[in-house]
Amino acid sequence: MEIDTFLLLRQEISLLAIALLLLIVEIFISENKKSLVIPLVIFLFGVHTLLGFLPMEDGSLFGDMFRTNGMIHFFKNILNLGVLIVMLQAADWVKEKIVAQHRGTEFFILLFSSLLGIYFMVSSGDFLMFYLGLELSTLPLASLAAFEIFKMKSSEAGIKLILSSALASGISLFGISLLYATSGSIYFADIMGSITGNDLTILGMVLFFAGLAFKISLVPFHFWTADVYEGAPISIASYLSVISKGAAVFILMILLFTVLKPLMQYWENMIYALAILTMFIGNLFALRQQNMKRFLAFSSIAQAGFILLGLITGTQLGTATVVYFVLIYIFSNLAAFGVVQSISLQTGKENMKDYEGLYRTNPKLSLVMMLGLFSLAGIPPVAGFFGKFFLFTAAASKGYYLLVFLAVVNVTIALYYYLLVIRAMFLRTSEEAIPFFKNKIFMRLGLIITVVGILLLGVYSPVYDYIYALSATFN
Amino acid sequence: MDILSLFIIVPLLTVLALLFANDLKRARIIAMIGSILQLAMSVNLLFAYFKERAVNDDIMVFTRDLVWFKDFNIHYSVGVDGISVALLLLTSLVVLAGVFISWKMKELPKEFFISLIILSTGVYGFFISLDLFTMFVFFEIAVIPMFLLIGIWGSGPREYAAMKLTLMLMGASAILLVGILGIYFNSAADGGALTFNILEIAKVNIPVEAQKLFFPLTFIGFAVIGALFPFHTWSPDGHASAPTAVSMLHAGVLMKLGGYGVFRVAMYLLPEGTLHWSWFFIVLAAFGVIYGAFAAIRQTDLKYINAYSSVSHLGLVLFALLMLNKTAWNGAILQSLSHGFMTALFFALIGMIYGRTHTRDVTKLGGLLKVIPFISATYVIAGLASLGLPGFSGFVAEMNIFVGAFEHAELPYRIATIFAISAIVVTAVYILRVVGIMLMGPVKNESFLAMEKVTWYEKTGILLMLLPIIGIGVAPLWLSEMILKSIQPFIQGVL
Repeated sequence: MEIDTFLLLRQEISLLAIALLLLIVEIFISENKKSLVIPLVIFLFGVHTLLGFLPMEDGSLFGDMFRTNGMIHFFKNILNLGVLIVMLQAADWVKEKIVAQHRGTEFFILLFSSLLGIYFMVSSGDFLMFYLGLELSTLPLASLAAFEIFKMKSSEAGIKLILSSALASGISLFGISLLYATSGSIYFADIMGSITGNDLTILGMVLFFAGLAFKISLVPFHFWTADVYEGAPISIASYLSVISKGAAVFILMILLFTVLKPLMQYWENMIYALAILTMFIGNLFALRQQNMKRFLAFSSIAQAGFILLGLITGTQLGTATVVYFVLIYIFSNLAAFGVVQSISLQTGKENMKDYEGLYRTNPKLSLVMMLGLFSLAGIPPVAGFFGKFFLFTAAASKGYYLLVFLAVVNVTIALYYYLLVIRAMFLRTSEEAIPFFKNKIFMRLGLIITVVGILLLGVYSPVYDYIYALSATFN
Repeated sequence: MDILSLFIIVPLLTVLALLFANDLKRARIIAMIGSILQLAMSVNLLFAYFKERAVNDDIMVFTRDLVWFKDFNIHYSVGVDGISVALLLLTSLVVLAGVFISWKMKELPKEFFISLIILSTGVYGFFISLDLFTMFVFFEIAVIPMFLLIGIWGSGPREYAAMKLTLMLMGASAILLVGILGIYFNSAADGGALTFNILEIAKVNIPVEAQKLFFPLTFIGFAVIGALFPFHTWSPDGHASAPTAVSMLHAGVLMKLGGYGVFRVAMYLLPEGTLHWSWFFIVLAAFGVIYGAFAAIRQTDLKYINAYSSVSHLGLVLFALLMLNKTAWNGAILQSLSHGFMTALFFALIGMIYGRTHTRDVTKLGGLLKVIPFISATYVIAGLASLGLPGFSGFVAEMNIFVGAFEHAELPYRIATIFAISAIVVTAVYILRVVGIMLMGPVKNESFLAMEKVTWYEKTGILLMLLPIIGIGVAPLWLSEMILKSIQPFIQGVL
């Protein structure tokens, strides 16, 4: 094997190098300088993110177990960007709460392990690599969810995540084994050639799908979501809701659009039903949430329902719109999560009622939140509108007008609860409004990046054109 | 820079400038300069349009087309005809008047003017768009600031009203989205490329089945903001709770988006669907006309009276549009303009009365003509225009509408028309009743005697609305000629 073929693994290698470097740093750095690790990590990961944007060739490694192409590479970059924002927003929290417990470095190492798993998952060329990636991405997350060990809810979140995701990946594995049984191979390329619509294959596909549906938190596989988001540290909740969900959507899309394409007539109906269920249940449950984390949890379930409208198409348009939506969703959701996190860190308040009168005391923070929520709700001219409009266009291109109609009904329901937060922040005044505070530099940077993304990604059309051109790789 | 894109750029620059205004004085000066510029632009556009029209026979003039999202064939595409020019003029007048009326906006002035100007940007953009996607974007941009405008600066049950209005209008626009997508994916029915461009789609023969399916979605999507019965319920609550300038802008301009959209998109692009469904919506519109008028009689709150009166008057716009002939359409557009000025004037006056008496309850008011003669006299004039007295804009519009409606000789049309006409009588009842109780008679309350006289900025605001009402009423010909010329290609498209 030539050395330059290893360059295909560039992203993985550099991430792994950072994680290992952190281990060494952890040993040698003196106790009172531990908080210096944070700027170091952010710097290193920033460089890693920037380097990721260098072009990479298509190709595969290890006998097609690992592959990469323009789209996969681009998607890893999107995830990098998301994780960078998550880290920026988490920096103050790690510094204040976690470093004191001597676990600052550990936090980042676990985060990077999970991201590494996601890299392998989206790059996988066979089910073995896929499964390894899936597990590697989930296991560190469970310990991260339980990271605030002195909080009961956090431990609960960790246990809940590990138990239910173990069950889900078990089911998924069973599905994979059935697919193997019927096609005689675990390689995507081989399966694609030999797959037929017999009952066992379909059963395998459904079970496999269930495992990924759990990660995307589609209804009825969503029961863990709200509890875990509420209990876990907010940065981990935001990681779960954008990075891990986005990656799962991406790999599911690759598999559906290529390997399982011959079974399209079956999974179409499945996705149709799940989309309706997910949108309605996610939205209806979000209506009555008071805790902002639970609120965002249900909102993210509903958003996953919208994503299915792009997945149902199986076309290049579908691929492009889904990736575009995920990109925008990362920015919008992280804007909302970032504000929740900074308020929670400063005041410990996490309920919608605490946000009353926020605009009068913290206008900038409220505006960021408003932009994020408008983007989630899909109101022009912010990016979320374009993401949603294009998803609906994709679904309509296949003639799913009824589904689009139900989706727009849901957009209206969703608008109501997003407006509830805006009502609390802007319309109401309160004696006990959260007093004015200034965010530290990292948090501010994390929020500014999201705002720039929200404002530009939609209106600036070359972004979409680029994604559309890339998505020709599949289908 | 082309003459139309300025209508988006100038308001945006105004918003940017407003971001740096820290107190009321600066904010209102910037907002005023911005809206005077807008008015100057639309007056300039009017004259430029006349000049251009003399040499240019295209449906739309001053067009400009830039590719936005090439894979969807989405363009930033603008252009105007006589109808949009007139509506742009209406918008800029009402916005300027609104800024004057809000001269003393004490609470969060910067944010107020920013929201107001963003709203007007949406409206301008909507009226100049030739691309369905762009149009839809501007439509939503025009609606969403209402939530903050009513919610923060409103009165009474403002949160309820803001939420109801926003959800109903955004819900309608969501339905509209399905309609637009339906039109888009049928725009290649003749073998061309998919397109969002209105003029391109109009040339395509969209399959009749698709037209029948998507017409109601598109129509309702637009008509909700035009207060089509039974989707009008957001309007009275919204208007009653909104601050004065917002009521003016909303009833005066924003509700016109409905009729304009119905005319430009639903009917023009889906002619077969229009013919198929028109009877149904005629019934709804005629019912709305009557219902709004009778509901106005029962109200005692001045703002509710005018809100229901708007439902009635705008029902007439939809009614006229559905009559599908030139005269009625001319009347519909004129009614849009006339109602825009009239109702904005009404709301401005109500705001002034409320600011002085602290009540909007008609039964508690009396003899205002003696204490605030200027405001009261203008109220009478607005009222007379509203009930369609010759010499004012309302008469010209309604005359055209009913003449057009009577061109249909079939019995069902006749019945609907007679029904709608009878609303004129009811209108006279609620207008004259208010004038009688509120303005005439003895001064009811001692405190009224010490009332503040009308200020210069209030007078300016009033005159900005009053002059067009009289202008259109006295010299309607140039306007209706301009509109008729612009209607021509559309009527050929539909019939």
